[in-house]
Amino acid sequence: MTTTLTTDSSARLPGLIRRLTGDEKHAPSAHSTIDVLQVLYDRVLRVTPDSVDDPERDRFLLSKGHGPAAYYAVLAAHGFIPDAWLDDLAGPESRLGHHPDRRLVPGVEISSGSLGHGLGLAVGTALGLRAQGLHKPRVYVLLGDAELDEGSNHEAIAYAGATGLDSLTAVVVDNSSASYGWAGGIASRFTVNGWTADTVNGRDHDALYAALTGHRPRHPHLVVARTESKG
Amino acid sequence: MRTAFIDTTTALLDEDPRTALVLADISASQFAPVGRRHPDRVLNVGIREQLMIGVAGGLALTGLRPIAHSYATFLVDRAYEQIKLDLEHQGVGAVLVSIGASYDGSAEGRTHQSPGDVALFDSLGDGWTVRVPGHPDEVRTLLRDAATSDDPIYLRLSEQRNTDAYPDAARLRVLRRGGANAPLVVAVGPMLDPTVAATEGMDVTVAYTHTPRPFDTRGLRALAATDVVLVEPYLAGTSSAVVSRTLADVPHRLLALGVGQTDLRRYGDPADHARWHGLDADGLRRSISAFLGSLGG
Repeated sequence: MTTTLTTDSSARLPGLIRRLTGDEKHAPSAHSTIDVLQVLYDRVLRVTPDSVDDPERDRFLLSKGHGPAAYYAVLAAHGFIPDAWLDDLAGPESRLGHHPDRRLVPGVEISSGSLGHGLGLAVGTALGLRAQGLHKPRVYVLLGDAELDEGSNHEAIAYAGATGLDSLTAVVVDNSSASYGWAGGIASRFTVNGWTADTVNGRDHDALYAALTGHRPRHPHLVVARTESKG
Repeated sequence: MRTAFIDTTTALLDEDPRTALVLADISASQFAPVGRRHPDRVLNVGIREQLMIGVAGGLALTGLRPIAHSYATFLVDRAYEQIKLDLEHQGVGAVLVSIGASYDGSAEGRTHQSPGDVALFDSLGDGWTVRVPGHPDEVRTLLRDAATSDDPIYLRLSEQRNTDAYPDAARLRVLRRGGANAPLVVAVGPMLDPTVAATEGMDVTVAYTHTPRPFDTRGLRALAATDVVLVEPYLAGTSSAVVSRTLADVPHRLLALGVGQTDLRRYGDPADHARWHGLDADGLRRSISAFLGSLGG
């Protein structure tokens, strides 16, 4: 399988994000994820609006459901949802809330918002695909550095590493928002449990692409995408 | 019941490639043989109950039918938010199978007791089917039935059991019919035998169900007289709201018997706890007699 550049959403994204209003509270977390999402959907993920139900599609799970403005904008840029949906974020008739709902938004794999659920669901998704002989799809799950504070993630990190769940890639967007930080670095928490890891500049698209496709056999893979501090 | 669960689940894993089992170390050794045959579908995540339910949710998202299993207090109480979000909110189902119901773990103390589990499912809305079998043969039937659907189902196994099995008792099944307008006594799961013994000689209708959710409200309306008694093996009053809603337009009185809310901080065996909670035959007879005799008596 070769990964091809499917779309360059750069030109459309700024305008789409401007259409999303009313989500200022979570703006920093939205902006911290934009580059990772853009590289994933433009260059990495094998999923299109026509294949959202295809068992062979790649899965992208947004665990860090806060501030999904960038996520919605990317979904619109790639045709999963109409642009017009962006104009009424969290309105009474809107399908787009401040946290995404998989039952309401095409292309959204999991409903999220409460922190600490996406990685466990991603582990189960990877296991379920493997059990059905679906070895092509990769499962990507995006978390925040503060979300890693939730203990449920540590159950998943230890288990995925111990069992060598190599179809799984976790992406941690590190904007230094964890209350006590991560002494020794985020990657060390994963690698000590058997993961491979790349830590890159979360604004550098080529570095992100290399890291997001840099998984190795027999190990789950971690990408730490460092961005400017949430402040 | 635990043996029936292990045997039936083992057969399901062999027969149906859609079935998957998720464990958190509990019962792992009993499932080791089938795990060697189906390593991709028998998954022990270690002592990680939050992950167990998260994994079940992920498996279901890919189209498999996960069965997750542990002691009730770890499976339900501890992982409650995962049940709410990783299954319910995702819109996917699983079969959750608990052991150690209420005071089965009497000698283990409060850490291994979960009398409030069914009430927790009530807090999730009306999507869940809750099965409380009273006999191992009911377990076999209910588990096979659960494995063929995509619905969210909780199967609550106990070491307490009745003499006879009634696999078809998803709806209220009348086991003793009283006279016209006789009080209705509803026994759930393993409370049937003590309820039958307690009401010996009373003019009451005794009905049994192993499926309190969804509660057979149509049967309740058909059978209920002025007086209704609930005898449930979990927290007392768990089904009171269902009965009150169902009979909202009918004058009635309700006595709800079950496990008390207080942590007794005592060990002993399950029979001791049944006695302390008034759920043995003598205790039930005292409560029911007092209730039925309290009008004009």
